[in-house]
Amino acid sequence: MTGAGLGLSTPRVGGTDRVTGAQRFAADIAIEDVLHIALVHLDCGHAAIEEIHTSAATGIEGVVRVFTAEDFPNPVPRFGPRFADRPVIATGETKYHGEPLAAVVAVSKEAAADGAAAVRVEYKELPGVYSIDDALDPDSPLVMDPGLRTGDDPLADSNVRQRWDWGWGDVDSTEAELVIDEIYTFPMVTHFSIEPHTFAAAPEGGGVTVWSSIQHPYFLQGTLASLLDLPISKVRVHAPDPGGGFGGKGFPKYEPLVAMIALELGRPVRLVLTLEETFQAVRRTNARLQLRTGFARDGRLVFIDAIEDFMMGAYADIAPRVISKSSYFAAGPYKVESVRAVVRGLMSHTTPSTAFRGFGAPQMTWAIESQMDAAARALTIDPVEIRLLNLAGPGEEIVPGDRPADGDWRQALNIAAERVGWGEPLLPGHGRGISVGLKASATAGASYCILRILHDGSVSLIAGTSDMGQGARTILSQLVSENLGVPMERVTLVMGDTAVVPFDYSTSASRSTVFMGSAVVDACQKAIAELRGKTAVQHKVSVEDVVFTPGQISIDGAVYTLPEVLNDVFGAVPGEIIVTGSQRGEGDANHPLGGPASFYEVSCTASEVWVDFETGDFELVKHITVADVGKAINPQHVEMQDEGAAVMGLGHTLMEHLILDEHGRIVNLGALDYRIPTFKDMPATMESVLVENGDGPGPGGAKGSGEGGLLATSPAIAAALSQATGVVIKDLPLTPERVWEAMHGGDEGHEQ
Amino acid sequence: MSPTESAITLTVNGARRTVRVSPSTTLLEMVRTRLELTGSKECCAEGECGACTMILDGEPVNSCLVLAVETDGSEVTTIEGIGGAGMTPLQESFLTAGAIQCGFCIPGMVVAATALLERIPRPTESEVREGLSGNLCRCGGYSRISAAVMAVAGGNAAT
Repeated sequence: MTGAGLGLSTPRVGGTDRVTGAQRFAADIAIEDVLHIALVHLDCGHAAIEEIHTSAATGIEGVVRVFTAEDFPNPVPRFGPRFADRPVIATGETKYHGEPLAAVVAVSKEAAADGAAAVRVEYKELPGVYSIDDALDPDSPLVMDPGLRTGDDPLADSNVRQRWDWGWGDVDSTEAELVIDEIYTFPMVTHFSIEPHTFAAAPEGGGVTVWSSIQHPYFLQGTLASLLDLPISKVRVHAPDPGGGFGGKGFPKYEPLVAMIALELGRPVRLVLTLEETFQAVRRTNARLQLRTGFARDGRLVFIDAIEDFMMGAYADIAPRVISKSSYFAAGPYKVESVRAVVRGLMSHTTPSTAFRGFGAPQMTWAIESQMDAAARALTIDPVEIRLLNLAGPGEEIVPGDRPADGDWRQALNIAAERVGWGEPLLPGHGRGISVGLKASATAGASYCILRILHDGSVSLIAGTSDMGQGARTILSQLVSENLGVPMERVTLVMGDTAVVPFDYSTSASRSTVFMGSAVVDACQKAIAELRGKTAVQHKVSVEDVVFTPGQISIDGAVYTLPEVLNDVFGAVPGEIIVTGSQRGEGDANHPLGGPASFYEVSCTASEVWVDFETGDFELVKHITVADVGKAINPQHVEMQDEGAAVMGLGHTLMEHLILDEHGRIVNLGALDYRIPTFKDMPATMESVLVENGDGPGPGGAKGSGEGGLLATSPAIAAALSQATGVVIKDLPLTPERVWEAMHGGDEGHEQ
Repeated sequence: MSPTESAITLTVNGARRTVRVSPSTTLLEMVRTRLELTGSKECCAEGECGACTMILDGEPVNSCLVLAVETDGSEVTTIEGIGGAGMTPLQESFLTAGAIQCGFCIPGMVVAATALLERIPRPTESEVREGLSGNLCRCGGYSRISAAVMAVAGGNAAT
């Protein structure tokens, strides 16, 4: 399937509303008679709640009611995408800084905030688990009530929520010429969507209607139906296009609380988190990765022996999946003889970590790739060469028995090297680094859509993808336009309302172009078949004689436009063609991840830096990302995403980290103290290059994209720094202080 | 209506408006809730992200930091007041440059860039980056936003 619509950089569908301010995000939607919620939380990470005094709050003019755990069923209902461990509201204790223990409902935001400030809580601060070392210390308190674990869990008496043992071959008997043994850390970082998480709910038709800035409205619908004991059909989720998601808006957070309050009060309520509260609600899983990596004399990677600890937070959310799915690919995009990886997902008294662009792969890539550079230095092999030597070629396995490499990754690496000027002489103080990252895409899941060809030949596509910045409306419209020959401006997408739009598993894992895109192509094919069938009946010819080409049908040389055909087949009484499309990935119950990845997202980053030796500060002279995308349905959109991912990668590489104090409080809470990249942090030159070999499973050979640009950012920049300064740093972010200390003999990060 | 509220009169996007506001109401809150102009966005609420940028008496401001009562007698332009019926060349340029991803920061960006071009009609790229550095875009669209501004700077628009 090829044609004019694929590969064209058509402008963003929905762009006009975004540039004029007309786009309605969740907090912009008017809800009549809505009450406002403000949350109450404590100024420490872990505490026993002794008494909550609400009378001062309820005495404030405009405050309607204060909800605490006592106002909910006993035991307080729990939910979560992997385990039902997160209570709707804190009960008995708070397990992280910012966990809500009371919700004040008032007629105005101001009154709600005043009410929240007036709630007095008697509590006792308890010792907390605030680091990976704390979590592994047998004397630390248990974060999770062992009673919430199912079955006879041998880990119940520890803070290890889950352990995975990955491996193949025999590490102990694998001979290596060189063994590099290092520990890498990856910090806690937060999503910082510019749109804070927003939730609202109202009773409706014997059920509940919820508005949320969520990425996966159907998952939320299922969670609410189950918690509220309602049929799924009685839960309606409005999911307006999120103002940034990046994984942080994937799974339900405070929607159950808001929905239960709305039902209890019989009135609409709304909760808009402050930016500070979003920091406390979502973050990336921080990690400590200890890798013993064995190499042959020629640079061949022969074994990886790893102990990998990921700190999940107070509730599991989707973190176990983040950890298992990324650590399973123990050697990233490389072939390796043997692997032994002990991987632990740890509970802690910190913000629950969740999906975040790259889904664990940036953490893994940081360690795997830094080891490659260490080996290249030790063996005096060029960093590009050592990677070319070890990268899996098309069809070669990266995990034995699993999906083999589905792209020409060496081609991508070579392009990155060439674009950054690899091998060209460097000015003093400059250095270059190059790196490869791999992320596995969705293993299972389903997408459905409804396609209607209306009687004037225009098209309504009803599809449940969330357009959160990746431009799903544009891509899916292009697919309709391409397949049916209907101009883009005559295609309208309907999204974001579970009462109208059929099921879509999620908007995550860079899956939408492949899964929903394939469902849309399926719908188009069914619509064409129906058009041909109806036309054949009308013209009393056989279906084979009715030829469809995009935009028209011809019979025996006579050509009819789509509107003519529709007019023809329906006659005086208008009608429309209504078809459904679907794409299902069934997975494989025997596979450790529930199924092989439907494709790999592989990205190469090459970076050149200039270091100011006086201050440790450095500038990015050139930053190149190369994405292996199969086919770019809209090249501009893919490049936008890829560049955006690269910028986000600069954040966790250069400046971002949440800092906890000894009470488990996030010290740098808010935009003033937690810096993300701005215009001033942009590399002097930044390029995104796409490799298109049509080797993906999606329409036109597309793979998913949009996460890859940040997978390999950190190791590429760190390697560039090493080349420029001679020091090796193994902890992120690479702040000027850290670089300066390493250069001036600080005890951190020095290798030689 | 609280007894502490007071009436202020200001010009918003060319129209005179009289609004009753409490002493703690911000300009942003007033515009979004009382005037129901929701194009200006709230993110950090502490003047660090620029999502709420408006033009107040000719100057770009973080409207989350301005008290509504301070704007009595002022002239305010919000994103809804940029471009009137059609889009400005700058807005068109955002579209063609691919500068828009999720779009939540974009109204503030457009307002800030409009004010920047008023002040410096022919900015250099570094002046654009400096001038917009108070506006955060987590989608990371900075280089395309800056390209979009440069494309129309000094009447560069291909119209």
